[in-house]
Parts: sequence; structure tokens; C-alpha cells
Amino acid sequence: MFEIKKKEQLAPIIYQMEVSAPRVAKKALPGQFIIIRIDEYGERIPLTIKDSDPEKGTITIVFQVVGKTTTQLSTLNVGDSILDLVGPLGNPTELPEGKSNVICVGGGVGTACMYPQVKELSKRGSYVTAIIGARTKELVLLEEDFRKYASRLIICTDDGSYGEKGFVSDVLRRLLDAGERPDLVIAIGPLMMMKVLADVTREYGVKTMISLNPIMVDGTGMCGGCRVTVGGEVKFTCVDGPEFDAHKVDFNELMMRQRYYLDEEKVSKEKHACKLQLGGNQNA
Amino acid sequence: MLEKKTKMPEQPPEERICNFDEVAQGYTEEQAILEASRCLQCKKPACVEGCPVGINIPAFIAKIKERDYKSAIDIIKERNNLPAICGRVCPQETQCEEMCVMGRRYEPVAIGRLERFASDWELKHQPEKVKPSVEKNGTKIAVIGSGPAGLTAAADLAKMGYDVTIFEAFHTPGGVLVYGIPEFRMPKDIVKKEVEYVQNLGVKIETNVIVGKTVTIDDLREEGFKAFFLSTGAGLPVFLRIPGENLAGVYSANEFLTRVNLMKAYRFPEYDTPIKVGKRVAVVGGGNVAMDAARVAKRLGAEEVMIIYRRSEVEMPARHEEIEHAKEEGIKFFLLTDPIEVLGNDKLQVRGLRCIKNKLGEPDMKGRRRPVPIPGSEFEIEIDNLIVAIGTTPNPVITKTTPGLEVQVWGGIVTKDDSGLTSIDDVWAGGDIVSGAATVISAMGAGKKAAKAIDQYIKQKINVQNER
Repeated sequence: MFEIKKKEQLAPIIYQMEVSAPRVAKKALPGQFIIIRIDEYGERIPLTIKDSDPEKGTITIVFQVVGKTTTQLSTLNVGDSILDLVGPLGNPTELPEGKSNVICVGGGVGTACMYPQVKELSKRGSYVTAIIGARTKELVLLEEDFRKYASRLIICTDDGSYGEKGFVSDVLRRLLDAGERPDLVIAIGPLMMMKVLADVTREYGVKTMISLNPIMVDGTGMCGGCRVTVGGEVKFTCVDGPEFDAHKVDFNELMMRQRYYLDEEKVSKEKHACKLQLGGNQNA
Repeated sequence: MLEKKTKMPEQPPEERICNFDEVAQGYTEEQAILEASRCLQCKKPACVEGCPVGINIPAFIAKIKERDYKSAIDIIKERNNLPAICGRVCPQETQCEEMCVMGRRYEPVAIGRLERFASDWELKHQPEKVKPSVEKNGTKIAVIGSGPAGLTAAADLAKMGYDVTIFEAFHTPGGVLVYGIPEFRMPKDIVKKEVEYVQNLGVKIETNVIVGKTVTIDDLREEGFKAFFLSTGAGLPVFLRIPGENLAGVYSANEFLTRVNLMKAYRFPEYDTPIKVGKRVAVVGGGNVAMDAARVAKRLGAEEVMIIYRRSEVEMPARHEEIEHAKEEGIKFFLLTDPIEVLGNDKLQVRGLRCIKNKLGEPDMKGRRRPVPIPGSEFEIEIDNLIVAIGTTPNPVITKTTPGLEVQVWGGIVTKDDSGLTSIDDVWAGGDIVSGAATVISAMGAGKKAAKAIDQYIKQKINVQNER
């Protein structure tokens, strides 16, 4: 059992939790993830590790409420436990050695997944630009955390309610147009966002790494559910990734695979909503 | 003399394709006694030589005949820690039963069914557990992986007094017994009870620990473990490497079966993990795993399920019994056929499979005749799902992170002797990680040998220390 030590709501449907997982906390590196199963009936879902504290024996996760499992997770509170938690999975991010110039782009909940890279790069004395994007002001994540470590922070919102108006890809294009040539761009966010960013940086020949979060079951290379075509080769995200060269990923295939269980996800979520309502009535 | 084996009651095919309950339902007492009376009680029993763990087969059968079931199971458990599992999934026809003298003229004694009867009797009649009175020696041993090899090694070492911890990557112990073999062939309650038996011997099981990721062998040495047994199985799926294999709706047998068996997707939405099975499902492969996947697909409502195998039925590696069960359940067999391309629709989901016909050519290194494609024989079938069950290879997670551990080209761990000693002097390995995908009982045999060797190694080490 993995106890929830802290819980914070970062935005209307985005939560941050600090969970006790001593063995994982000792080993976790930027870019790695865990898989959790909430209870006996639960499915296994991957979540990126935002931060870890080996001394306290805790890891921090950030998640957005999307389906049944994340909805249920959001109802757990400090003192509650997650039944199963395993990791750290995947390979750590390969960050440039020594001082470098890196632009980190985060969209939606992916912003949180990018935080460990920004923190690590800052420790190495790199010049880090963080571009974080959200639909609207109240969904902008972890601004204070990023301010601490980013050399430059650019915030943008789709509706212009905070920071610049526009998409992260617009901001990145502006920087590249102005002649900036970072050693590396790291992008984490929705597949569509990463696809657009990849198209932008390809034009300028800037190396770009993205972190994928596809459907997976075991996370150790056993099921192959998370397979993705990279540069014409089949890779398993869990053991070969989760980070890949954005210019080589077959995004269309990945998006279609991601949608395979949409109907089932809906059924599961509606059933859960029913149960919550029933529970509420009984209490009333 | 009864010439044929006493039949075991089975769920009729038309009924069982609608549920996940066990197909073979086990002998009644009367049936067991009848079958036990067929044993000739040979002075030099050949059957025992055929058993990888050397169970005293005539002795336990004699006890069943005397209705002394308690003694029967005790005799089995002297050599086999997981009899309810072996009684169900061992290929007895190529082991003990193949050697049975009765088999020369008639059908051999149904040793597997009798083993299952005795162990089921115990599980049913002895709920209260007697703690074994073994003196603990306090020496810590780590077993990596809780499948058949790991459970066996752990149980044997615990019986010798060692302080054993099993590390399991999944959330439930049992390895292939829980993620691979379906409920209707290997009920998960039975696995759970067998695991509990091992725990009752004093073995600790830590789930959710991936050795190589969560901890390394070096970390465990620092935690005080004195010897290691690696039994992580052959968990990596092999794909066909044909166009269209990443279309949505193509599963590895590992993914398909793990979703259904371990995650209980067959009870979705009561359980959260989904599985999607369309009207027409093709399974590529000819082993037990292919049969399992096909029969699961049938139970999940597929109207037409096809096995696609590149050789003929004679070369199929699956047990005869599994092939028969599949046929009874209406699974169709496309033999001498190889898939060459998975076809997709505009949503990039599977809609069909392009295949080619084969003929049999010269025998390969294993003596099985090689399939040779017949030019111009290509044809297409309509399918909604493809399940790839053409084998598995060892998972590299542990071998990659353990410096000094020698590995074969195909990923299996190199062992120096029959006990499974590896290139590192306190590390043993056994089961599928050494042999490649094989049987439950051969993995258990490897676990037993390693346990014995680990015991000798520890004792020798202590002696050396004492002499100093």
C-alpha cells in the first residue's frame, strides 16, 4: 500500500499528490514514470514522476482527470492509499552534458511532466527556456515552481486570458524565427501539440525529444500494447522510451491506437459516476 | 483390466464457450479410485523417471486406492510444492504417462488427473494450516519472479530453513500462472491457494518490485541477501514483423491474455481494464498460448475464431488435449498458412489479413519440416482482431542491469551447470529465462535443482568461515 501524504488541486481538474513509495523514490530520475492500480478492480495506468524525495521516501505525481481511474484517484485524500505502485519505469531523459541551451515546452498536464527536466538542467547550469501553455488562465500549472528553475519562462493561453495569446507552437516558432537555435527542444503534452511542435522544429533542424504516454499494461516490455513506430522501427514506449526523437515518430498511428478503447472508457466512467451518485444518496 | 483411462467430467463445449469456469472438472472419489486401481504398482516404476521433480507416483496412487488421500498428497508434496497446478497443466503425455508400462498395450494410467484429485482434495478438506516446524537459519535468499520456478525454489529453500523473499514485478504473484494461463484451464483461486501454501512455509513475497529498475541485485546484496535465484521467465512478446502489425486491434498474446487473466477484462466493466473483441478473430501460432488465446476470444463473444499456423497439425507444439478442446469449441484451423500483411481501415483498425499458403519442405534443426511459401497462393480473410502468439523471449530488464551476468545471443541467461549457476558465483537462474519458453514443470524442476545448489553453496561458505 502506498499512502498519499499530500494532495493539492493545481487547477480545476488537475491534481498533485505526494505518495509514499520509498524504493521508487530512491531510484527515480527525470523522465521516468510509474504505473498504479488503485484497488482490486482497477486498471494499470502510467503516470509521470514529477519529483522525488529519497530522504522522505516519497514521489510526486500530477494528473488530469480524464477517465474513470483518474476520476477515482482525484477522490482519494491524504491518509488514503493506492493499492499498487511500481517503478521507476522507462529510461531517464538524456539531457545534454554540461551547460547547454534547451527549450522545454509543456502543454496541459504535460507541463508537470517537464518540470523534473527543467529542474535538472538548471542544476547543470544550462540556459533553460520553459514555455508553458494552457487553454485558459486557471489551467496554467506550476508557474511558481518553474520560475524557480527556468532561466526564462514564457506562458501562453489559447484564449489570451494570461500571458501571450496563442499556442506553445506559435511561441516556439517566434523564438526560432528570431534566430534562436537551442541545442535541444523537449516537448511534453497532448499528441496533437507534440506533432505540431515537431513540424515546427523540423523546419529549423532543431533536435526535439518528446515523451509519450500511450496505453500500456505492465510497463516492463511484456505486452507490447505501447508500441510505436519510430523511424520505421517498432519500439515499445515502456522500455525503449518514453522519450523519442519527435521527427521520427509516426503520430497518426499513435493517435489511432490511443483511441481504440474510447467507447469502453466512456462506459467505465459513466458507471463510476453512477456509483458516486448512489453513494451520495445513501449518505444523504 | 480397464484398457482406457477413466474419463474426467468436462463442461460440454456449447456451455463452456459462454463462461470462464474450468473446463475439466476433476475426478469424483469413485472415479479416482477406479483409475488408481489401474496402476500396476511396478517394482521399478518408469513413470517416476519421467517426472522432472521425481514424485513417488506408485506410492501416492496406492494411497488413493486405499482412500487415504491425506497420505497421497503428503507423498506428492515431498517432491512437488504446487501439485494442483501441475495436475492441471503438466504435459504428462510426454513425461510420466509416456513412460507408464500400461501405455505399451493400453492407455497409460491418468497420473496427472490423479495428482490433481489428491491436491484438490487437500485444498477442499484442509483449510486450517499447520505451520511447519523448521528451524530458521536466518540466511536471506532472494528469488526474483514468482512463477513456477521461483515459487518452487522459494518453497524448497524455506523448507531448509532459509529466510526467503520473492520479488515480483506484477501486483499479484504467480507469474505466467496468473497472467498467461486462462481461468478455465488454471483457476486463479487455485494459484492463490498454492501461493499461500508457499507463504505459509515462511516465504515473504514483495509485489510491485522490478529487479533491475526498483532495486538491483547489488542493492539487494547490500540489504543482506546472500544468494539469488533469477526466475523471471520469458516475458517479451515476439511479433511477426509484417506490415500493418501496429494497427489498432492487433494484440500480442501476452497483452490479450494479461488483460483477460490478470486484469480480469472478461468481467469489464466490473473490472476497469477493457478488452475489445470483434466478430472475427485470427490467432497466429500453434502452441498452447495460441490455443488459450483462441478459446478466450471465443468466450468473449467472437463468432468466428481462426488459428493460423504455418506448418501442419502434426508439427503443432500445443498439447494434443488443448488442440482437441479448441476444435470442440469450434475454433477453425488454417494450417500451412502464413500471414503476410495486416489490412486496416481508415481508422487504422484491423479489417483483414493477407495470407499465403505453405507446403512442407526439408526438416529444420529441430527436425520439424520447414514451411515453404507457395508462390501465387495469396488470399485474404476478413478479421476484426489479430492475436500474435508466435512465442516469447526473456525480458532484458534484469540482465541489462546486472553487470557480469552472461547472456546468450537470444537473451537467455548462460548457466554453467545443471543447477543453474550463472557467471556470477552467488546467482542462479532457472525456468524460461534459461531454457526459453517451456513448461511449468520443467521450470519447477529447475527451481528444485537451484535450491539444492544454493543450500550447498551457503553451507560451504559457512564452513570456510568457521575454519578461519
